Amino acid sequence: MVEVKLSKKLFSFELNIDLRIDKGSFVSIFGPSGAGKTTILRLIAGLEKPDFGYIKVDNEIWYSSEDNINLPTRLRKIGFVFQDYALFENMSVGKNIEFALESKSDSKLVDELLELVQLKEYKNQKISILSGGQKQRLALIRALARKPKLLLLDEPMSALDLSLRVSLQDELLLLQKKFNTTALMVSHEVSEVAKLSNYIYIVKDGKILKHGKTQEIFGIDENNVNIIGTVIEKKAGDIIGKVKVLIGVSLIYLPISKELLATLSVGDKVLITINAFKSTISKVSFE
Amino acid sequence: MSDFWVPIYLTFKLAIITTIVLFFLGVFIAYFLAYTKSPFKFLYEALVNVPLFLPPIVLGFYILVIFSPASFVGKFLDTLGIRLVFHFSGLVIGSIIYSLPFMVNPLVSGFRSLPNSLKEAAYTLGKTKFETFFKVLLPNIKPSILSAIVLTFVHTIGEFGVVLMIGGNIPGVTKVASIAIFDASMALNYRLANLYSLIISTVSLSFLVIVFFVNKRFLLNGRS
Repeated sequence: MVEVKLSKKLFSFELNIDLRIDKGSFVSIFGPSGAGKTTILRLIAGLEKPDFGYIKVDNEIWYSSEDNINLPTRLRKIGFVFQDYALFENMSVGKNIEFALESKSDSKLVDELLELVQLKEYKNQKISILSGGQKQRLALIRALARKPKLLLLDEPMSALDLSLRVSLQDELLLLQKKFNTTALMVSHEVSEVAKLSNYIYIVKDGKILKHGKTQEIFGIDENNVNIIGTVIEKKAGDIIGKVKVLIGVSLIYLPISKELLATLSVGDKVLITINAFKSTISKVSFE
Repeated sequence: MSDFWVPIYLTFKLAIITTIVLFFLGVFIAYFLAYTKSPFKFLYEALVNVPLFLPPIVLGFYILVIFSPASFVGKFLDTLGIRLVFHFSGLVIGSIIYSLPFMVNPLVSGFRSLPNSLKEAAYTLGKTKFETFFKVLLPNIKPSILSAIVLTFVHTIGEFGVVLMIGGNIPGVTKVASIAIFDASMALNYRLANLYSLIISTVSLSFLVIVFFVNKRFLLNGRS
């Protein structure tokens, strides 16, 4: 169980958050850019200092303004995946992992970890020859190598193209389960958040607007097929209209009523629900 | 050693000692300047760069005054049995001050060119500041280190004003190649001046060529 209650004065607003994260769960912080999402992760990691509050992880206090406790980053058992991956270019692929391990020269463990992300054959290679997806996987496995209590992910897929993102999302979920770690991810990508997390916090201007289980947040009925996509084109007809929706890397066309068409605009995220008798489309909104 | 080679020997001895001492000093000053959050950062940076803006002869004059046995500092050093003025050790101190910005500035820009996440990633992997500095930060600014070392070395070889003021022109002690060139020219011994000049310029140019060659290789290997 991770409990976080923090406040910090930022440039244009005050960050005020209260998070409760169950052990082993995958929780997302979702919101527009500039909402203070990354700052939340940095505060939990100890890379920035909050003004007030506390951070408690499995009954261990990492930060408490009241008791004047502020554990340095290196003593917090976290794994942090940075947006730019932050791989050490002076070390080989394998050495990046070795650096993360507490007991050195465990060459077998390094092999095992690299195997998990299909990078074993690159063990002695330089970082610069890896592709974007490989760098992402290396950053992920390096963060997991210490068996962290809390895995913090800062927009981990934002630099990758869509098809790669989809396959890495699956891999991320598998690894999180395998290492039995608690994950907290920051993202502004609805489909990513919906797919990966079982609990969501929606943040805007440093405040939590809404939080709940993924199904509740998106109004998802588990008996139906639920698909999240992005409207990329609208076409008005005489009686009904049509929208083109991008889902993952494929496109679908859906006929919709003129009234509904009027409420949607290009770029909107939509939830498409399909059951035995009909399909419906509705705008996903968080406010 | 024949008299001809003595000034050359002194020049390289001075340049090597200065570069080594400055490297260890410069790395820590640069780390401090690159990462300090002190409001006086601008002041420290200005201070490090004073030798760049002060004419060498003026800098040399001040150092001479400060270390002369008549001054407070000089007197104090005298009681410890240390005399810097007109001694080789004085040249080393003068050169260190004079070449400080040439060592520190490339290192500072090297540190600043590294994304912050690199340092932070090491901390999140449980590493101390010390480990992070030696295993992550320093190895990732190798090209800057090389530039800093060569710039300092070449700059110290060419030094004249500071050395003349502090060391004077004592053969075998403080008479380095640049002073020997001046001396020979004044005595109308152009052949000797020419020889010294040729040696100095050959060495300096070769070092520069090496830096650009090696740095290009670093770049090609994906790390600038």
